[in-house]
Amino acid sequence: MKKTALWMTTVSLLVLLTACGGGQTSSQPIESTNASGQEQSTGQESPTLSGTIDIDGSSTVYPLTEAIAEEFGKENQAVRVTVGVSGTGGGFKRFVAGETAISNASRPIKDEEAEKAKANGIEYIELEVAYDGLSVLVNPENDWVDHLTVEELNTIFKPESAVTKWSDVRAGWPAEEIKIFSPGADSGTFDYFTETINGKAQASRNDALVTFSEDDNTLVQGVEGEKNAIGYFGFAYYEENKDRLKLVPIDGGEGPVAPSTETINDGTYKPLSRPMYIYVNKAFMDKPEVKAFVDYYLKHAGELADEVGYVHLPQNKLDEEMAKIQ
Amino acid sequence: MENVQDHPFAGQKRRPTDHIMPVFLFLCAMISTLTTVGIVYTLFSESIAFFKQVPIFEFLGGTKWAPLIAPTHFGVLPLLMGTFLVTLISAVIAIPVGLASAIYLSEYASARVRKIIRPVLEVLAGVPTIVYGYFALTFISPILQVIFPGAGLFNALSAGIAVGIMIIPIVCSLSEEAMRAVPNSLRMGAYALGSTRLETALKVVLPAALSGVMSSFVLAFSRAIGETMIVTIAAGATPRMTANPLDSIQTMTAYIVQVSLGDTPHGSLAYGSIFAVGLTLFVITFLLNILAAAIAKRFREAY
Repeated sequence: MKKTALWMTTVSLLVLLTACGGGQTSSQPIESTNASGQEQSTGQESPTLSGTIDIDGSSTVYPLTEAIAEEFGKENQAVRVTVGVSGTGGGFKRFVAGETAISNASRPIKDEEAEKAKANGIEYIELEVAYDGLSVLVNPENDWVDHLTVEELNTIFKPESAVTKWSDVRAGWPAEEIKIFSPGADSGTFDYFTETINGKAQASRNDALVTFSEDDNTLVQGVEGEKNAIGYFGFAYYEENKDRLKLVPIDGGEGPVAPSTETINDGTYKPLSRPMYIYVNKAFMDKPEVKAFVDYYLKHAGELADEVGYVHLPQNKLDEEMAKIQ
Repeated sequence: MENVQDHPFAGQKRRPTDHIMPVFLFLCAMISTLTTVGIVYTLFSESIAFFKQVPIFEFLGGTKWAPLIAPTHFGVLPLLMGTFLVTLISAVIAIPVGLASAIYLSEYASARVRKIIRPVLEVLAGVPTIVYGYFALTFISPILQVIFPGAGLFNALSAGIAVGIMIIPIVCSLSEEAMRAVPNSLRMGAYALGSTRLETALKVVLPAALSGVMSSFVLAFSRAIGETMIVTIAAGATPRMTANPLDSIQTMTAYIVQVSLGDTPHGSLAYGSIFAVGLTLFVITFLLNILAAAIAKRFREAY
């Protein structure tokens, strides 16, 4: 008797589970929308948006996208936005395969990447969202570096560099071993820096004195923890850790200039000022939550860029970008 | 109709469950075997593509590891060196402390003390490795930088210490069990002949339990070699051939994490290098397991 009762309960539970799992519930669904771009819910603009938005790419653009995602999430609680940090290159590899809706990028898309996207039938919109002043940082106890010229940066960072001590860079500096912290091969910051300073993208020294990491937080920790360290990453990471890092003014030919909102905006901080982008997959724009997110992004990129430590685009530029997504 | 349950022995008719259960249990056992076979197959098949482009002698003998940034080099020795350095440091910490705790717990401690200390020791094993990693980075490293000025923030010593702390429970509990399994008659005999407690512990009990103790060392060693999170966070990302524990290095496991985080395209050389390094790690651990079994068999003393 008891056994039959047990069987009956198990069978009825199983039936119940299968029945519940298959159905669509309209309130607070946490189901992910599949990559083939199927339309969800009704055709009209419903006040409650829902779904998942998959974003990946640059760790430099990450703070801005994450801030936007947070604010957006407060107003649209049923939409889940996940932001990855695989690096600009890593993000593009996924984006051109159609895996992500939006790709963060701290450099424009390369020709090969654009070709792959075309081959996969992916159409995208390129949107500029903010400016960054790629900053070179040293440890706060480093009292000898007042500024660095582009040539000096080149001697430190170029492939097969012979520089091992600070005294090799400029006479009079201490004969202590330099420890270098650099973004890794998948980072857009790396691409941009090596292209600008070493003349060729991805050409960097690669020996025992360099620690590579795609995670800018690791780089911050590295520079902060060693007296003879030097590193480079996005300005926002410096802003967040102002008291633990020392900014190095860069001499691009017209005197040393330190990065700041003004110098980045008017272009005097050179050559390391650069725009930051997001690339949006056109197919994903058919989804109401993605369109709403991108809309929200461009509307709030100005104020949030300043908040996270980057430089906002001038309003007319933002309006231009807005026009691209209408 | 008689009720089967009324008889003390179940009737001649076997219930369906008796037929099904052995098959079901066999399938469960097969799951782990098949998973292992699957893992080994994946490692080999992906590595073959890699070794077609990088000759195996260059891989095993080269002293420069630079797979992601031109000019590329694929010599795995720096990674092996890094792994070995961290594991050695952890063994130097875990083996004396673990063995000493085991001797104390088995030979000296009263039952009440043992009841308290053993679970506390197990807590060390229960701490998530990522917590150990940040513990090493934020607590151990700064202390090391004070003791050894010039030490970097990321170094092999701080990661090695954290790994050592993590594997102390493995050494301690396995060695203690081995020593407790030694029959008491041996101890009594030694006392009767006039040995002190320490002499009995070190010269009678420990040699008798040697097989289990050595197995615990090898097991702890394998655990340390495969340790991933602690070394990724605290040991650094600089593959280099160095014996200096204060240098930043990169272990095999940390390299695999670094490449996996960056999303390498399927089929590229860098992608293949993950599997080649994984295969090397697997072979080393496999050999260590064989060694552990051989040691256990060689030194086993049956009473």
